[in-house]
Amino acid sequence: MSGERPIIEVEALSKAYGLLPALRDVSFCVGRGECVRLLGANGSGKSTLLRALAGLSKPSSGRIRVGGWEMPKEAAQLRAQIGLVAHQPLLYENLSARENLHFFGVLYAINRAERERRSAELLRSVDLHKRAESLVRTFSRGMKQRLSLARAMLHQPDLLLLDEPYSGLDQKAGELLDELLLAARSQGQTIIMSTHQLERGAQFAERALILSRGRISFDGPGSASEISAAFRRAGDAPGL
Amino acid sequence: MKTSFAAAVLAIAGKDLRAELRSREVLMAMALFALLSVLVFSFALELDRAARGEAISGVLWVTLIFASILGFNRSMANEQDAGNFDALRLAPISRSAIFVGKLVGNCCFTLCVGLALLPLMTVLYGLNLLDGWVLLTTLLGVGGFSTIGTLLATMTAQTRAREALLPIALLPVALPFLLTAVRATKGVLGGEPQSEWQVWLQLLAGIGLIYFVLCMLLFEFVAEE
Amino acid sequence: MTDISSSNALENPMEPGAQPRLLRILTILTVLGFAATLILGLFVAGTDIQQGEVQRIFYIHMPSFFGAFTAFGATVVGGILYLARRSETWDQIALAGVEVGLAFALINLLTGAVWARPIWNTWWTWDPRLTSAAIMCLTYAAYLMLRAGIEDPNRRRAFMSVYGIFAFVSVLITLFIIRIVPETIHPVIVGASPQNAQGGFEATSGVVLALVPSLLLWLTLMPITLIWHRVRLEIRLEALSLQKIRALNE
Repeated sequence: MSGERPIIEVEALSKAYGLLPALRDVSFCVGRGECVRLLGANGSGKSTLLRALAGLSKPSSGRIRVGGWEMPKEAAQLRAQIGLVAHQPLLYENLSARENLHFFGVLYAINRAERERRSAELLRSVDLHKRAESLVRTFSRGMKQRLSLARAMLHQPDLLLLDEPYSGLDQKAGELLDELLLAARSQGQTIIMSTHQLERGAQFAERALILSRGRISFDGPGSASEISAAFRRAGDAPGL
Repeated sequence: MKTSFAAAVLAIAGKDLRAELRSREVLMAMALFALLSVLVFSFALELDRAARGEAISGVLWVTLIFASILGFNRSMANEQDAGNFDALRLAPISRSAIFVGKLVGNCCFTLCVGLALLPLMTVLYGLNLLDGWVLLTTLLGVGGFSTIGTLLATMTAQTRAREALLPIALLPVALPFLLTAVRATKGVLGGEPQSEWQVWLQLLAGIGLIYFVLCMLLFEFVAEE
Repeated sequence: MTDISSSNALENPMEPGAQPRLLRILTILTVLGFAATLILGLFVAGTDIQQGEVQRIFYIHMPSFFGAFTAFGATVVGGILYLARRSETWDQIALAGVEVGLAFALINLLTGAVWARPIWNTWWTWDPRLTSAAIMCLTYAAYLMLRAGIEDPNRRRAFMSVYGIFAFVSVLITLFIIRIVPETIHPVIVGASPQNAQGGFEATSGVVLALVPSLLLWLTLMPITLIWHRVRLEIRLEALSLQKIRALNE
């Protein structure tokens, strides 16, 4: 795969839950190392789009390629290069933070020494190294969110998908997340992050995609005022 | 980069066992239920000693299957509640590794309960259940309905009334295991010649194998979205 | 067999009102056939010496089980083909198979009860075969419950295809239960009857004459025609809810 080729290619993607359309004819590309904010009101299809990109839900029609691998034929290879932070933490409550990371490390075929090293390093960078041996069920929402981020970055994925990563984080944790994402960016990871808060991530995400009723209503770099105007327009559209 | 089947199975079963050893939520509930069930049965069947001897294998298996349903429900709810099932599906492992991993965990829990029940029932009913063949039957029977139980629990965990639906969905399709296991246990305990009840064990193993293959093939469709 | 014949004609099932010609022919044949087998069973076949007129219920009782067998078989075939091809029609056939099969299985149980009242002197007894037939009905009732509990349609179709395949086990058990649990009192008319069977009778040429056409009718025409009608109904229901959602979206 050359550097030329975009890491995400989405063509005419549609997804319906039964008869309810969640995404309609969505097409876009994302280049390697880009950082994209996915904006939209609740129910505009952000989560659905991220789940489809992660290979967790099958599109009703259209094509998705990530890193040159196509859904759903090459879903296993496609999934291996994705790290996902979803609404839910995707962590085991009765395991400690370290055990959770180790478990997922095994699933991603990371060898033992590397696993130890990566998880210690990540626990420190999400500021959880003091609680490494505590069970996840004793964690607060924000701590789970941070551990979830560590889990998603464990196997150094080319593509990070983040679904509302700032929700439940306080000011300090939010800044920590900003730092982590900046660092990931500088390492060449591609980031797609959904949020309904306009100000979040604006300082490092150069591109914004705005979803409105399952369609892309705005795509591209733009000044804060342009984006916020487009966002407001999208928000005014009657919801489904 | 694809994780080996065995490593994934061991990791999934291992984390279930580790989490369970720590909290013991599921095992305690299963064991307590099994104990209660056996006591209630022994009380209800007290009047007729002959009937009790006859009914013991039925009591064993009905108790085991209901106890196992508690375990299956909890084990899949653990995956579903925090969205962990998504995390498993996201990992570069085959779907059948998820299935076998969960199956091994579920099987272990139910076997624990089964192995505890045998000496208990030996004492309560005055019939020796600590027999190699009864153990083998327990192993095969528990393995059998854990197979279909794991598949169906994966399904019902994704429905609205999940806890309520599993027994309804599981009991009829687990019936072949229940029938053959009861027959085999009865034959062994009744002191019949081996040639009489061996066929039930073979049937039990055969049906188990068929179910296992079917579940491996079909799990993919249950875990796809 | 069921599914091949219906799938061809289902290619343009959306025109309201217009029934495919094959379906109309099948419907007429089924109605005529049912009338004819009733006449054969009720009037042409001789009265049983021991059991009297009540034995005639057998000409519906046994064929209705095999009707259920075909219908539940359609559920298995529909399920497998849905999983392979992902076309809704196969799932609709599977669902129709369950409903039609369940109706047939209930007919089977009810006619059995009516017959057992004078012959066994009870409406119901916990005989292995009766129990397994009842469990078979409950399995498919569970299918319908499970189906109603899954909201996402794609997930519902896939899950129910899987469950429909396993549910068929209960049909096979009912069929072979006498081999597994031999102490049944349920008679076997074709083949060797179990030792303790009560209420058996001989398959004389008169019995065969009335039984075979009825069996063939229930095995093929009845389930196929009913499943086809049910699938058309389902398609219309789905079209209706699609229109409803479109109207709400306007």
